[in-house]
Amino acid sequence: MENIIISLKDAIVDFDGEQILKKINLDIVDKQFVTLLGPSGCGKTTTLRIIGGFQQMKSGSLFFNNKDITKLPPHKRQVNTVFQKYALFPHLNIYDNIAFGLKLKKLKDKEIKTRVQETLELVNLIGFEKRSIHSLSGGQQQRVAIARALVNRPKVLLLDEPLGALDLKLRKEMQIELKNIQQELEITFVYVTHDQEEALTMSDTVVVMNDGIIQQIGTPVDIYNEPKNAFVADFIGDSNIIDGIMRKDFLVDFAGNSFTCVDSGFENDELVDVVIRPEDIKIVPQIQGAITGIVESVIFKGVHYEMIVEASGYKWKVQSTLHEDVGSIVGMNIEPMDIHIMHKMGN
Amino acid sequence: MKTKILAVPYIIWMIIFTIIPLGLVIFFAFTTQSGKFTFSNIVAMNDYLDVLFRSIEFSVIATVICLLLGLPVAYLISRLARGKQGTMLMIVIIPMWINFLLRTYAWMTLLEENGIINRFFGLFHLGPFNLINNSGAVILGMIYNYIPFMILPLYSVMTKIDENVIEAAQDLGCSGFHIMTKIILPLSKQGISTGIITVFVPSVSTFIISRMLGGGTNDLIGDIIESQFLGNSYNPHLGSAMSLVLMVIVLLIMSLFNQFGSEEAVI
Ligand SMILES: Nc1ncnc2c1ncn2[C@@H]1O[C@H](COP(=O)(O)OP(=O)(O)OP(=O)(O)O)[C@@H](O)[C@H]1O
Ligand SMILES: [Mg+2]
Repeated sequence: MENIIISLKDAIVDFDGEQILKKINLDIVDKQFVTLLGPSGCGKTTTLRIIGGFQQMKSGSLFFNNKDITKLPPHKRQVNTVFQKYALFPHLNIYDNIAFGLKLKKLKDKEIKTRVQETLELVNLIGFEKRSIHSLSGGQQQRVAIARALVNRPKVLLLDEPLGALDLKLRKEMQIELKNIQQELEITFVYVTHDQEEALTMSDTVVVMNDGIIQQIGTPVDIYNEPKNAFVADFIGDSNIIDGIMRKDFLVDFAGNSFTCVDSGFENDELVDVVIRPEDIKIVPQIQGAITGIVESVIFKGVHYEMIVEASGYKWKVQSTLHEDVGSIVGMNIEPMDIHIMHKMGN
Repeated sequence: MKTKILAVPYIIWMIIFTIIPLGLVIFFAFTTQSGKFTFSNIVAMNDYLDVLFRSIEFSVIATVICLLLGLPVAYLISRLARGKQGTMLMIVIIPMWINFLLRTYAWMTLLEENGIINRFFGLFHLGPFNLINNSGAVILGMIYNYIPFMILPLYSVMTKIDENVIEAAQDLGCSGFHIMTKIILPLSKQGISTGIITVFVPSVSTFIISRMLGGGTNDLIGDIIESQFLGNSYNPHLGSAMSLVLMVIVLLIMSLFNQFGSEEAVI
């Protein structure tokens, strides 16, 4: 049985009368890498601040190892945070910034020194001990913020877009580094990002949020292959989202045609969203295709080509290793298992 | 060339209102009535050493109390919502718009033997307490008059402390007390030293307030200096000598303090 370390129950947060978190329920499994993923302003930071103890809820409660800590002040929680805006101490040098938490715990100087040194090594900042934080670049400051939290070896580490200021190469390196650290030290990570690729590659569990509501919780593979609604499908990876009508179980109409699919349990003639990944559309000669359209544009993306095909009023995004000429008429086929049917949002 | 020309009005101003008066003070301090060079004015300061020490003692006490009161007040104001900060600052500043004599008279009517405070205690058959004409009343007068000069510089540095930094400290295990000592105080150092100077300097040369609230037995060096120029013991030579000595003492204390302050900053 997996051990739930943090459990958020019916969390509601209001700002100026506007509901920002709308009754969120979230269980976080011990020692997992959990990512909160969603567009800007959806409430990721707010959720993290509840766990850290900086945000009061209008109603709801928070449990840590089954103990209610809703009212526990931040300094008594076994949780550390890497803040979105770094929040380093401007009057302390790098060493003292990182040693801050350990000194408060009254550890011996020698132990503090070795632990700070180890952590500096982890974040690649050896030799920066005496530097002032003002002399560091944004990416270096971000790594100090990570080190300052990590050095305390908390049960749970909250990270609010900790790699946002890094360039692509360093970000990839740090992603691997953080994942290794998380597995080695067996710390629960609650990681906020709006980068879906980052979420998919690093996490054990992804929590997709939008507009103060949790849309879906699942493993990266689940979230990618079985998105629960059109929002998740659209947010995770590229998708074509097309209006359709579910005629009966395993039969759906869209783009002027009937398709067999693998979904059931909808009402007959229910209006649905049909989600199709660009890489699941096969380009075939016109007569063999279930749908025909005109190629509008072709972009080379490295491994594959991305084409926009205009057909039955939609612009279909299609990915393929081969490409057709712009203006040519093509056919498109879709396998039944690649057709994902979703209830219309808001119903 | 241009910058030099622009500096001319300022230099003239400095000469008329700072250099010449300072020169006059030094000249008077070292001359007799007939204009001969002498140290006797400085030596005569000996008779007023007790007053001088009292002035320094009172102003140190007043400065310390202003600091102890000013720190939490400035901190609380700096953590309010932006709109409320303005209101609270106005409340701190508005008394400064009223002439200090009026403010001090107001304190007299509060503290007198049959003043408002004693009458209030009288309702409970307590007192009357001896609230005025003692050293405490003089120090109270100083604090009341000069505390805005402590709160304002403290506020101006504290309002720049990022709320995120305070949260980060809490996150790493700081209780309220440690937030004060490990974050707020070190980050307010500049405001603290400015506040101490802007309260101490006027306090140590306070006059009139001490006479009004001290009942004649707690006169300060400022009162004595004033009486050398405007009072019945007219002697501008002695008055200048006293001003000069006071000025030197203040400068010495300030430079010692700055030394200490900058050393602290290095650590
Ligand atoms: N202190 C506050 N007062 C008023 N509104 C706030 C406050 N903090 C956050 N909000 C609002 O709450 C919503 C959620 O904010 P939050 O910071 O949780 O978003 P986020 O998901 O972290 O976004 P981002 O990816 O941009 O950091 C936003 O609409 C924001 O404007
Ligand atoms: Mg955020």
